[in-house]
Amino acid sequence: MLDADVDIGARAASASASAPPPTRWREFRASYAQSRGALLGLALIALLLFCAVFADVISPHPPNEQYRDFTLTPPAWADGGSARFLLGTDPVGRDMLSRLIHGTRLSLAIGFVSVVISLSLGVVLGLIAGYFRGLTETVIMRTMDVMLALPSLLLAIAVVAILGPGLVNAMYAIAIVLLPHYVRLTRAAVIAEAGRDYVTSSRIAGAGTLRLMFDTILPNCLAPLIVQATLGFSNAILDAAALGFLGLGAQPPTPEWGSMLASALEFIQRAPWVVTYPGLAILVTVLAFNLMGDGLRDALDPKLRR
Amino acid sequence: MFRFVLRRVALIIPTFVGITLLAFALIHLIPGDPVENLSGERGMDPARRARLLHEFGLDRSLPVQYADYIGHVLRGDLGTSLTTHEPVLQEFLTLFPATLELAFFALLLAVVLGLPAGMLAAQKRNTVADYAVMGASLAGYSMPIFWWALLLILTFSVQLGWTPVSGRIAVAYDVPAVTGFLLVDTLRAGDFAAFRSALSHLVLPSIVLGTIPLAVIARMTRSAMLEVLREDYIRVARAKGLSRLSVTIVHALRNALIPVVTVIGLQVGLLMSGAILTETIFSWPGVGNWLIHGVQSRDYPVVQGGILLIATLVISVNLVVDLLYGVINPRIRHA
Repeated sequence: MLDADVDIGARAASASASAPPPTRWREFRASYAQSRGALLGLALIALLLFCAVFADVISPHPPNEQYRDFTLTPPAWADGGSARFLLGTDPVGRDMLSRLIHGTRLSLAIGFVSVVISLSLGVVLGLIAGYFRGLTETVIMRTMDVMLALPSLLLAIAVVAILGPGLVNAMYAIAIVLLPHYVRLTRAAVIAEAGRDYVTSSRIAGAGTLRLMFDTILPNCLAPLIVQATLGFSNAILDAAALGFLGLGAQPPTPEWGSMLASALEFIQRAPWVVTYPGLAILVTVLAFNLMGDGLRDALDPKLRR
Repeated sequence: MFRFVLRRVALIIPTFVGITLLAFALIHLIPGDPVENLSGERGMDPARRARLLHEFGLDRSLPVQYADYIGHVLRGDLGTSLTTHEPVLQEFLTLFPATLELAFFALLLAVVLGLPAGMLAAQKRNTVADYAVMGASLAGYSMPIFWWALLLILTFSVQLGWTPVSGRIAVAYDVPAVTGFLLVDTLRAGDFAAFRSALSHLVLPSIVLGTIPLAVIARMTRSAMLEVLREDYIRVARAKGLSRLSVTIVHALRNALIPVVTVIGLQVGLLMSGAILTETIFSWPGVGNWLIHGVQSRDYPVVQGGILLIATLVISVNLVVDLLYGVINPRIRHA
């Protein structure tokens, strides 16, 4: 650990002798790139994004096209496999690979939408709680405590019970599940920042409440929020798949990974591939976001860097 | 100490009130009302509907209904299940030992494997052993456990035939339920074949449910150990000539355990989330399975009561962890 610090220090010193001091972005990039795991996560996410964006182009078949003569075809390399269906077909003859690729689009969309809803709402509530304190804060924070007292999947199930099953409602449910974490983080960061001199001087300079909240304080609370948002992606994808698996999320024939797993359950013995690949896709995607989250935390949080 | 306990207990009252509000609101937010559900497809004439609404107390104002609901909850009346017509609380209490037995073994597995793994990783930092433990733990907490369960069933139950596929005990055994914990009941009855059957049914579900807590505990132990191993008193202990093992176990572990114990306590919520999935897959007759059936069959008293009871459980365990933490660490108590 000490050696590494000296090493970084020496490099920084030699760099500053010749070049202008590194910008925050360059410093962050260098720090992030130090972790092989973080880079792997980034590469995997880039690949998943590519699959999601170009799903229609790179899928060999349409995701819901049923090839009735090819039901439960094994993967190409197994006995009885066909090069037409690289990862085999499902019980009604749909191409597994194409469904998995289209599932990427859904999973990333679920992650993105739930995190964006949750983050925006959470930041606003957290800013209000941390900035105004008093009764407002108490009401907001006690509500968040109630939400945290429920196990995440149970809360999501309760929300789905109210809204009804479906992909969009699953996103809302997950956004609600994630909300308390963003509220608590933002509030804590705001309380820590609000007493600083730069905030006081900004207020004396005549900045209004909204400007102080969003323009002065918020940018200095971003680091933990970015990390939590990344980890929120992996939670969202995992919970959405669990809801899909329980039949409460995306409904068939949507090629969502969790519901693909659920609808293939009875064929697990005859055709293990219909169960293996969707689960693997979930694992890899969640893993990628967790790797990236860990990398971002190390790169953004100087206290943990040591 | 007394004031500390009192303050912590007082703090959970608003949370509990919030939970009851949520459970109460659930019934009113769900589309349709109980009377509508009773009437079915054919509909119901308005006079009968009004009479039933009155009978259920649904024609009164919301605050009155809530007060009524709280009154029932405090008397232990959580309504009756629409499908089995049994009291919700009684159903929960009958099924809860199954969930507790499963959760206990899952947590036991997580602690027994997670603590040494985390200690090893910290001790052998930046070696193959460290990377292996950290890699496995990363995969562990990224795991969709419902899929993990299927893989294990496919391998150990279907292909190798080592463990049963589902349930809690083979149907051939009939053990009188005394405690509800099958391992205890079978031993009390002196039926060792039944005990073995129950134990073999417990293996895969415990592994599945224990996976994420195991990963979390291993990671937490590693970072807590690394933190402690940096301290001066560890260097002193080493300088005195104590063996690496004795320094790790006697000096480092005791202090590293404080954050780890908290993390273990906080796994209860995670375990309940996991139990819902694990019990569904293994047809484990516990409260998670019961709750999912309740949601699927629109048995709202079950959903409402289940949410209230599980949340109460989580709040209480968190409170106990909080209090224990205060006992272990005086700095918290006097903060």
